[in-house]
Amino acid sequence: MRLRLVVDLDKCVGCNACAIACKQWNTSGTSGSLTDYRPYGPDPSGVFFNRIRHYETGLYPESKTVHFPMSCMHCEEAACVTVCPTGASYKREEDGIVLVDPEKCMGCNYCAWACPYGARELDREEGIMKKCTLCVDRIYDENLPEDERKPACVMTCPTTARYFGDFDDPFSDVSIASKKREGQELFPELGYKPVNQYLSPRNKVQINQHQVNEPKQVKKVKDWVNKVVEL
Amino acid sequence: MHPAFSVIFFTVTSGAGYGLISLLSLFQFSHYGIFLDKNTFFITAAVAISLFTMGLISSTFHLANPKNAWRAFMRFRTSWLAREGLLAILFYPLLFLYLYLTYIDFQIENFFLMQFFSFIIFIFAVVIIYCTGMIYACLKTIPQWNTFWTPINYISIGIFLGGLIFFFILDLYNYEVSLYKSYLLFFIVIAFVLKVLYYFNIRTPRHNIGQATNAAIKFKETKVRLLDVGHTGGTFLTDEFGYKVAEKKLFRVKLFSMIGGFLMPFLLIYIHSFIYENLVICFMAIFLAFLGMVAERWLFFAQAKHVVNLYHGSQQV
Repeated sequence: MRLRLVVDLDKCVGCNACAIACKQWNTSGTSGSLTDYRPYGPDPSGVFFNRIRHYETGLYPESKTVHFPMSCMHCEEAACVTVCPTGASYKREEDGIVLVDPEKCMGCNYCAWACPYGARELDREEGIMKKCTLCVDRIYDENLPEDERKPACVMTCPTTARYFGDFDDPFSDVSIASKKREGQELFPELGYKPVNQYLSPRNKVQINQHQVNEPKQVKKVKDWVNKVVEL
Repeated sequence: MHPAFSVIFFTVTSGAGYGLISLLSLFQFSHYGIFLDKNTFFITAAVAISLFTMGLISSTFHLANPKNAWRAFMRFRTSWLAREGLLAILFYPLLFLYLYLTYIDFQIENFFLMQFFSFIIFIFAVVIIYCTGMIYACLKTIPQWNTFWTPINYISIGIFLGGLIFFFILDLYNYEVSLYKSYLLFFIVIAFVLKVLYYFNIRTPRHNIGQATNAAIKFKETKVRLLDVGHTGGTFLTDEFGYKVAEKKLFRVKLFSMIGGFLMPFLLIYIHSFIYENLVICFMAIFLAFLGMVAERWLFFAQAKHVVNLYHGSQQV
């Protein structure tokens, strides 16, 4: 089993709901709490598993904004796991989720150094590295109704831009979405083989802007009238 | 990268300690020129041991959860940090055994055993410095570290610092140092050249924002720019990886590490035998070299740019 998230960048509106839902669920989850520092001070900060970045490309009117949620990619060649000296970071055999064992972590930050996606954040108060668990305490919880056994970010997304499922199952949501839209990995050059994928934005429909061809005299009169009115 | 002082201190002093012990064992192995007496040999060993022990202790200061530090040797099969820790710990009993054997057999009656043992200690100490360098060099996420020059610099600078201390000790006990001096001068030049080659190697950025995002967003032709990073305040990532220094300051520190760390010790050691109060000269050379190498290590961190900065607005790293 290879559990993964697939994010549709065409649907994502950058509302940050997934980041908040993630924080809300996980702060009391297995790797909680997600400590906040100075929450009511002038420069609040804290631990998050999921951050949404906003990118822009091109020049107006051809510019495009893309909202870009980033969390742990649960890489197949997870460097954060291989560099960990204590064995606190591990990748589960059964479903490929990368987790941190808080009993073993010594807070050396080395795994965060090895992660290109910024998926790991040190909880400075507990001294333990924290990261996305793919809501491991939720997706296997048999007390929840079956359609709620999904990560909190997927459950909450108002535009259903996030898909969750098993990539080894060819008929799961993620496999179908990824096949249809050619799911892309992030930063494949580094060779970590991220499991999460993104569905790139499709090409925009080109809108032709027609120039209205008015007779010259009419335009002159109109301009003159406009001037008079403005006075 | 945020330059943590405990890590800078760790890499400099433990490098010097292992460099010193490797030189000492190399001397015992090759026996060229200088025959150390018992006293000098053990004082040098004690200095080396205290240096790398201080360094290793200092390395635990940057841990956020030091009570689990004893677990740091578990994953030696994949992690360079664990390898370094494990070898550093294994080195102690081996070194003490070596020192004990040298103590009871200082005239080296059992020639082959001692030769062999000295050689093993030499290799072991160099491998430990190599592992320290590989902790940084194995990270593909930090292009300025991910080069084979990194461990080579660590080894050459460790031996350079150890060599200076060894020179001081030899001078202190009135040994004839002229031959060793020429070796040391030669090695300072080597260490300097290797460091310059490192700077030459990292001069151009390796990754840009396009690589970090285009695969997913698929904007091939135009430039991508970050509109908003997704958080209003600083985070662990911006504190740890977003360390920014003015180019001017970087240049000044680099100049200091080059002049204070390599050139001045070279000149001081060179004029050493022409001056009456040569111990002071020697001590100054060590002091300046350590200061310069701390600056060099600081630079090593401050110059390093993690690829995660591409998701925080940097155009290239």
